[in-house]
Amino acid sequence: MSACPDKELLLHALADGELDAGNVLALEAHLATCPGCAAELAAIREVKAQLKAAPVAYAAPKSLYDRLDAALAEAEAPPPAPRRGMRFETWVLSGTGAAIAASIALMAILPSGASLQSELVDAQARSLDAQHLVDVQTSDRHTVKPWFNGKVDFAPPVVDLASQGYPLVGGRLDRIDGKRVAALVFHRGAHVINLFIWPGDAPSEASLQQNKGYNLVRWGRGGLVFWAVSDCDPAALTGFQQDFAAATK
Amino acid sequence: MSGRLLPFRRSAPRAAASGPASFSSALRGGPRSTEPAGAAAPFPRPSEAPRFRELIVPHIDAAYSLARYLARDATAAEDIAQEALLKAYRNIDSLRGAAVKPWLMAIVRNAYFDWRRRDNGRTVTGPAAEVAMAEAPAEQSSAEDELIRQGDVAALRRAIETIPEPFREALVLRDLDELSYRDVAEITGVPMGTVMSRLARARRMLGERMGILEATA
Repeated sequence: MSACPDKELLLHALADGELDAGNVLALEAHLATCPGCAAELAAIREVKAQLKAAPVAYAAPKSLYDRLDAALAEAEAPPPAPRRGMRFETWVLSGTGAAIAASIALMAILPSGASLQSELVDAQARSLDAQHLVDVQTSDRHTVKPWFNGKVDFAPPVVDLASQGYPLVGGRLDRIDGKRVAALVFHRGAHVINLFIWPGDAPSEASLQQNKGYNLVRWGRGGLVFWAVSDCDPAALTGFQQDFAAATK
Repeated sequence: MSGRLLPFRRSAPRAAASGPASFSSALRGGPRSTEPAGAAAPFPRPSEAPRFRELIVPHIDAAYSLARYLARDATAAEDIAQEALLKAYRNIDSLRGAAVKPWLMAIVRNAYFDWRRRDNGRTVTGPAAEVAMAEAPAEQSSAEDELIRQGDVAALRRAIETIPEPFREALVLRDLDELSYRDVAEITGVPMGTVMSRLARARRMLGERMGILEATA
């Protein structure tokens, strides 16, 4: 017992509710007299019902949401709200809008990005002279890391590099290009190293740059961009980068 | 990196189409920036984020699921879905009142073909493997069919994956995504009659293994 070959597609269409009224009437009249087609229709409906009953569709994994989030975070910077110099307040660097947004966007492609570097250097300098070096002062990375919970929408890796000569001083929130970023603060002798971290893409190889007498090292890892900024000598900063990258592998 | 702190909720696959739109903290709430980003920015219209959240985020599961059934590989599906969703974000203006889901599914499908061209047979689930699978019903063991008949979801998914691509694609778009014949025809670029015969064939292959439909029409 099988369906009439010329009716097969119509039976599927009927089961799918895709037939117009005229064809429905004609097919139902046929079904009343054709057990083969009636059985086929019942079988088609059963296949559909079983597919519907089983959760065969896949749910997107969290990692996809994370990756999208990192990519789209770039797209919507928080509105600029300059409130500089207020102690105990999150620092807000006055964004210069389009130029910096563009330079950030280009960072992924081009090794340069003078305005971003300049902004990072400014943030470094201000962290020193505004007496707002850290929001959470501790060398305990287990205190610093959870402190960022709820303050930034990513989890910055926090390590203490005291044994390598770069003790962790603490962490702070900062703003670069209107984006809330994590800043970790380390000491190198008398020098301060600010490590700015935010979601984004950058080559994993470190690149050393100079701006206004400061040294900057940028690298990327795990969907995060890292910028270490300091007035310590380039070799010390490069060493810091290597130690930090090794400790967060 | 340990887990991010996003308060997004995973929705069940079936609920995906109408699921909650909580997604990205970057996209969540808050006044939007009125500052235009530079022309060189990869996403030139930051203010589209709320539209993206409203229109496209509810279909993220469906986008991933289609990519997964086309590529038959979890990692590739994630790449394909991400690429498609970012493309959707950038081109959200081209939506112009059209239905979101068919539009997005077409983008996912294109992203899949782009991936397949790039991938160029590097993964085992390429077209060659597909032909091999279609011609090797021996793999479809009776034990596997028994699992399918017991309603084992993993076995059912594997059964869908063994259906050759054009038929599998029609089945996923119609029976999982519940799109109309017309939408499926537009997405896959074939006449509606072709969609109907592909769908019938896909259901037959699946129905045989479920022990429901007979082997020949």
